[in-house]
Amino acid sequence: MQHLRQLEDQSVYILREAYKHFDNLAMLWSMGKDSTVLLWLARKAFFGHVPFPLLHVDTSYKIPAMIEYRDRVAREWGLKLVVGQNKEALAAGMNHTLGRVNCCTALKTNGLKQLIEQKGYTGIILGVRADEEGTRAKERYFSPRDKHGDWDFRDQPPELWDQFKTTFPPGTHIRIHPLLDWTEINIWEYIKFENIPFIDLYLDKGDGTRYRSLGCAPCTTPIKSTAKSVDDIIEELRHTTVAERSGRAQDEGRGMELLRKDGYM
Amino acid sequence: MAETVSKPSDNLNIVIVGHVDHGKSTLLGRLYADTGSLPDGKLEKVQAICRQQGKEFEYAFLFDAFLEEQEQGITIDTARTFFGWKGRYYIIIDAPGHKEFLKNMISGAARAEGALLLIDALEGVKEQSKKHGYLLSLLGVRQFAVVVNKMDLVGYRQDVFDGIEKEYREFLGQFKAVPQQIIPVSAKLGDNIANRSEQMPWYSGPTVLDALSAFRKEPGRFEQPLRLPIQDVYKFDARRIITGRVTAGRVKVGDSLVFSPSNKRATVKSIEAFNVEPSPVEGHAGQSVGVTLDEQIFVERGEVASHQDALPLVSTAFRANVFWLGRKPLERGRRYQLRVATKEVDCEVATIHRIIDTMDLAQQQGSHVVNKNQVAELTIRAKTPVAFDLSASFESTGRFVLVDEYDIAGGGIVTELVHDDQEFLREEARQRDFAWVKGQVGVEDRAQQYGHRAAIVLVTGGRHTGKSFLARTIEARLVADGRHAYLLDGENLRRGLDADLSEGERGQATEMARRYGEVARLLVDTGLIVVSTTNPFGMAYVEAAQVIRTLVHPVPVIAVHMSKTPEEAPPNTTRRSIWSIKFIKGVALDQIRKTDRTE
Repeated sequence: MQHLRQLEDQSVYILREAYKHFDNLAMLWSMGKDSTVLLWLARKAFFGHVPFPLLHVDTSYKIPAMIEYRDRVAREWGLKLVVGQNKEALAAGMNHTLGRVNCCTALKTNGLKQLIEQKGYTGIILGVRADEEGTRAKERYFSPRDKHGDWDFRDQPPELWDQFKTTFPPGTHIRIHPLLDWTEINIWEYIKFENIPFIDLYLDKGDGTRYRSLGCAPCTTPIKSTAKSVDDIIEELRHTTVAERSGRAQDEGRGMELLRKDGYM
Repeated sequence: MAETVSKPSDNLNIVIVGHVDHGKSTLLGRLYADTGSLPDGKLEKVQAICRQQGKEFEYAFLFDAFLEEQEQGITIDTARTFFGWKGRYYIIIDAPGHKEFLKNMISGAARAEGALLLIDALEGVKEQSKKHGYLLSLLGVRQFAVVVNKMDLVGYRQDVFDGIEKEYREFLGQFKAVPQQIIPVSAKLGDNIANRSEQMPWYSGPTVLDALSAFRKEPGRFEQPLRLPIQDVYKFDARRIITGRVTAGRVKVGDSLVFSPSNKRATVKSIEAFNVEPSPVEGHAGQSVGVTLDEQIFVERGEVASHQDALPLVSTAFRANVFWLGRKPLERGRRYQLRVATKEVDCEVATIHRIIDTMDLAQQQGSHVVNKNQVAELTIRAKTPVAFDLSASFESTGRFVLVDEYDIAGGGIVTELVHDDQEFLREEARQRDFAWVKGQVGVEDRAQQYGHRAAIVLVTGGRHTGKSFLARTIEARLVADGRHAYLLDGENLRRGLDADLSEGERGQATEMARRYGEVARLLVDTGLIVVSTTNPFGMAYVEAAQVIRTLVHPVPVIAVHMSKTPEEAPPNTTRRSIWSIKFIKGVALDQIRKTDRTE
């Protein structure tokens, strides 16, 4: 398991750099496998403590079991949870039938931007991984966002060795990506290795399906799978040639590129 | 061709570099396809797009994640993709060869554990082939293979390959870089990528995938002397944990550590970790660790912990090879932030010795600026002493970046220590601190007792500016406030401690400054706030203040500069045109409190 320890060491280093350099820091937690591993790594980095709030951008369309899991873990681990919601857009009736990219932009991207603006966060830690999809493969560990939260992927600042971008003009913020080098298999191996509690939507409970990637209920479909344990999942992933986010509707066409340019996670 | 492989867990970061259009994306597409690592439908999808756009399918298209890139036909940024082969996952950082995107190539390569450098057999060794080869060496990527691509376009001729090999080896030899392999391939047709080429019977070396398999993970930094740059100090609970990443060697429970440049010493009591049973007793190179010490010493981020028998270098200046990526040219005398491991300090470029042309390694002298994408030899001078190493001996503590305004604008490796005028005093302080016999009462105990930390308030300035009056007033006010302060008047030392000095020695003033500094060091060790002026020395106050700083380091020195006329304050001085005792006291107390907070 040496490779997991190496990934862990790098992520912990990044988390500690973030904590050192950002006075107003927060971590995004979607209750999915990646951000839950990220949360666990924060407990590693800070010796059992999580010294910043966890943000959840609630679209109101999440699978109910995810909200139950969120509240239970937050209680057990003594987390400071901050839930944001784009109430205006919801009141105006925003939902996925009005266009998936529109809906993600309003409820997730703008929900996050509102939260960042309200609370004045200057650093946001996210669990995105380079192997998930094309645009995330281009990310830096410390990735600047401009005043509008937009990402200029064409002109990113250099990132050298273990030196990161930790200074930035007022009004802008930095997205921090400690999991960039992890693969989907690594995430599950680490969950097993560290015995991290995860939400059981990822397992088949007898109907021959499970979720491989979690999002909003209307736009996330389970995959056919009989994986009933973490071991089963790892074994399944070793042989699959189906993309991880194939069950995520927003990825179709140029969806993720358009979303992420404007500040999506 | 495509054999399905089970996805492994081990991984290695690889970067592919080379001149633009020498076939990086094609090689990448081929590696992905030949190792069976493509997701279902990906190949078909790209083929369909090509048909739609009326283009012939190329492996290169597989990896152009953005549509914009396909329009431009170049890879914009470091894209990372993965493929599995024989028990290892290869994370491919595809670094663009286009000249404008050198910063992305460098960002990619700086993260790599191994590299493939592509050269087009038809075009031969080009500008970027050389620049990238040189930069790989500068970035510390010592594990690399040269891939001579498009052999099909030169009829698979051995003499063409031999010519390129000879020319390129000669170039690399000038800076002592040696490739692991030089491999003739055709990425387009799959020769010597996964499968041995039947077209080149004259080549008996490994294929590209074989060469990658031979790359090793983490060449042994474990056996080097310890380097542990401090990242942060935490006190979330009863434990006071010093954290950092071990960049070389090992740290064990019971080890006696020295922190540079403060020269503080302590023994490792425990190595802390969350959800690890039993607790670790050792940390080694690469690991992010947390240690507790047997004694509550004040150490901070930027200091480097080592063992006493193999200390890092300490100076305010060093010579280095630097590559510059900033939008604005690097200028001599301009202020930048220097970052060596976790140390962050203001610096300036004292000298630009020469610009190095990476094409032929020719040297151009007499320049006052270093332009974007140039490499130069510089002397860098930091505002305060920095602990570092030569890059030839230690990778992580031997390299640094320069930050201009908000962005990292350059990086470099330390080639030489530059001696500064404080060196003999610093050495004296080091020797004295290492041999210091401690009593049972520690610095922390005294601080607890007194309710404040030790510090020096140093009033500097020319003659008749009211320094002595101010110093006396500060002492009185501090004591009236219940703080333990003492006025150290240089006149008293002159008549007593310095009585044995000859006229000549008094004239030089360095010995007097040294003695003064040692007395101040003793007084602050008793936990006092020492208030003083630079009156007692004949030397200029700028130098005197520096000598005192060096000898009492790392005790905070709060400098107050007095002047009747507007003038430039000495370095590290609080600037304030209209001073008041209240203000100075405020600054002093704030500094002392600040030290408390970081505890």
